[in-house]
Amino acid sequence: MNFRSSVEIITEWDIVAARQLGRNEAKKAGFGTVDQARITTAISELARNIYLYAGKGKIEIERVSEGGAFGIKIIASDEGPGIPDLRKVMEDGFSTSGGLGAGMPGVKRLMDEFKVSSEPGVGTIITTKKWLH
Amino acid sequence: MNARIPILKLNEVLIVSIQWELDDQTAIQFQEDLLNKMHETAALGVVIDLTPIDFIDSFIAKVLGDVINMTGLMGAKVVITGIQPAVAITLIELGIRLNNVMTALDLENGLDKLYKELEA
Repeated sequence: MNFRSSVEIITEWDIVAARQLGRNEAKKAGFGTVDQARITTAISELARNIYLYAGKGKIEIERVSEGGAFGIKIIASDEGPGIPDLRKVMEDGFSTSGGLGAGMPGVKRLMDEFKVSSEPGVGTIITTKKWLH
Repeated sequence: MNARIPILKLNEVLIVSIQWELDDQTAIQFQEDLLNKMHETAALGVVIDLTPIDFIDSFIAKVLGDVINMTGLMGAKVVITGIQPAVAITLIELGIRLNNVMTALDLENGLDKLYKELEA
């Protein structure tokens, strides 16, 4: 049961589509309302980053299980410019777009696991998980 | 798809109930509509009720924060009402502090608070 659903992020509307998909998946997976809100918000931040910085990319959502634990995995990938300074984007309040700079560190706090790999000129992949407690 | 958020006038106060998930365009449009309506009606206060909203991301939070500051520039006071527990938790975890923003549990308390503030 490792099915995966995905939304291509090209326009602003796709951000809405991605978070709706995320909320539905979170609900189906059995997460409560607070975790549903966390997952939806995290997806919204990741999708917006793709839209703002890479132009286009993809949000994939997958159910995962590991040693008896069940959860949800979100993969945000793009072939954009990459993140030149990873440490900087993980600082609270750092933004190059005039936003609140809450995005990346915020997503990390909302979720249980968070991993970024980014290569300038190649793209960025962010993988983040939330476990059912 | 891109419906506008209705803004109601009750005496010197404007009441807004955000009933569905905000997309970026609707949020920006709302900002403009609210300021125009304030200008038109010379409203002294605004209540924005978020009861049906089940999540707020950093973009929507920024638009809300901006609209509160803009409203302040135009001489009116804003109260945000109906923030759900899940929304409060995610906003704080996300790192967003709506400082110096008047809030209330629901519309009724929000209006009370606003009237008191306007009388003071």
